[in-house]
Amino acid sequence: MTGIKVKVLSGRTLRQGVGKEAGKNSERYRTSVSICEMNSEDITSLSIKAGENVKVTSAHGSVVLKSVSSNQLTKPGMIFIPYGLYANQLFNETTGGSGMPTFKGEPAVVESAIEEPVKTLEELITEI
Amino acid sequence: MEIFQDVVCPVCGCLCDDIEVSVENNKIVKARNACAMGTTKFLNYNNDRIPSPMIKNNGVQKPVSLEECIEKTAEILVKAKYPLIYGLSLSSVESVKVAIELTEEVGGVLDNQTSVCHGPGVQGIHDIGESTGSLGEIRHRADLIIAWGANLQEAHPRHMERYSYTSKGRYRNGKEDRNLIVIDVRETLTAKAADKFIQIEQGKDFEFINALRTALRLEQIQKDKVAGVPVEEIEKLAEVLRSCEFGVIFFGQGVTQVNGKGRNIDGLFSLTRDLNSWTKFLIMPARGHFNVAGVNQVATWQTGFPYAIDLSRGYPWYNPGETTIIDIIRRGESDATLVVGSDPIAHFPPAISKRLINTPLISIDPAHSMTTMVSDVVIPSSFAGIEYEGLAYRMDGLCLPLKKLVKEPDNTMSDEKVLKMILAKVRELKKVN
Ligand code: SF4
Repeated sequence: MTGIKVKVLSGRTLRQGVGKEAGKNSERYRTSVSICEMNSEDITSLSIKAGENVKVTSAHGSVVLKSVSSNQLTKPGMIFIPYGLYANQLFNETTGGSGMPTFKGEPAVVESAIEEPVKTLEELITEI
Repeated sequence: MEIFQDVVCPVCGCLCDDIEVSVENNKIVKARNACAMGTTKFLNYNNDRIPSPMIKNNGVQKPVSLEECIEKTAEILVKAKYPLIYGLSLSSVESVKVAIELTEEVGGVLDNQTSVCHGPGVQGIHDIGESTGSLGEIRHRADLIIAWGANLQEAHPRHMERYSYTSKGRYRNGKEDRNLIVIDVRETLTAKAADKFIQIEQGKDFEFINALRTALRLEQIQKDKVAGVPVEEIEKLAEVLRSCEFGVIFFGQGVTQVNGKGRNIDGLFSLTRDLNSWTKFLIMPARGHFNVAGVNQVATWQTGFPYAIDLSRGYPWYNPGETTIIDIIRRGESDATLVVGSDPIAHFPPAISKRLINTPLISIDPAHSMTTMVSDVVIPSSFAGIEYEGLAYRMDGLCLPLKKLVKEPDNTMSDEKVLKMILAKVRELKKVN
């Protein structure tokens, strides 16, 4: 299966902000952080439809997420995953002497993963 | 029904202080004026409480008495050689004071969410100095607002309406009197609302800042494009910045969490300094949690340093990159962690979380989180700004009072009280030993 090369950004979204206030155990929180926002061209080039699952793999880990077409990503080659345990699977533990891991700009590959389920938060925690 | 006026919203660094909260039978039924995040917290905070103090036994968390939890926590902290105390951005200023005392008593490191949000911004203040002011001043006077790597519309939903772009001040009447320029790698909702959006290439903030400084000095940029932006556009931007009457840069994690980190922020602070030889210009981090700035304030007045303070040597030592939580855990140096109102397991890279879980982990939190799920000791607390009062600092350094709106559940108390109990127990154990 061929994937596309991207840079991963993580960050705050209003849905994630509302989800965390609704409770970390809530469905609202889980669905707000387990998505992969993509440029529509990138979605097309994976031969999937928005809403189908994708697998994102970086040098530090990999995670299956639900794809979402985003009009905030106006150019291909960048994906956005809201802050949380899902996004963090992809990031490195080093800080380059700054105290801060690089939560934006991690190189990764996205591929179609229509058959693979998005893990629950409990599953991700058990794997830690 | 009781109605509370001018309630301070305990969610984000905007600390909106105009919320009207209605309480019926000790239950919040309405929160007027708050944004979606604020309203959701006021109406749902009580949905997912930690039912009882718990200690892990054979891998399973079991309900115990509060006293047992306090004793166990104190034992862990006294036994540890290099414990970490982390969090507090959702606690009151008063709780932070006790946390610092406790860290000193156990000879550990106090760090908070600043480490993974605006730490590089704080380092920029040390390196260059900060031209700052209050959000009120910005509302009354600013005619140019720059949001740089900051998606205000989603992270601080009422920022524009209360303090910046669309706010109505004494000398600026809303957005017709102001310009909003967004500099970002994504066309965020903030960018879509702006007068001008400048899209730069990911990871190229440092280059772009320096090109802009060059254009500002009226020097020639020896390239056609920098960070994907044509030089003419950079020169035009420099002219807009130079010619405003009162400008402000709000920066977000779009510049602190990318490569370059502290150097990006040094660049932004230097840019602001340069701009002050042309006009009036301020810079301000758009802080996330409602009291993350308060932790920096209290820690600075008590220890001289804003975060990542190592108190293990008998005097405060501060060196971000060395004494920051991620680095300490990565080097495998800490041997216990007390987390207060934070969820590092949801927000740290898994390699760090793994190490965090492998040493004793204690959580003080009102509600369930990924971190409370895996903690060895869990102590339920009450919610600052809903169930107990105290002080918090807004992103511009203004101190505001949090209100008590409802009575807390019987088995909970403020972080301050829990921390005081732990401190007393620690002192008692140290005497015996
Ligand atoms: S903008 Fe921030 S402080 Fe204001 S109501 Fe929304 S969450 Fe609360």
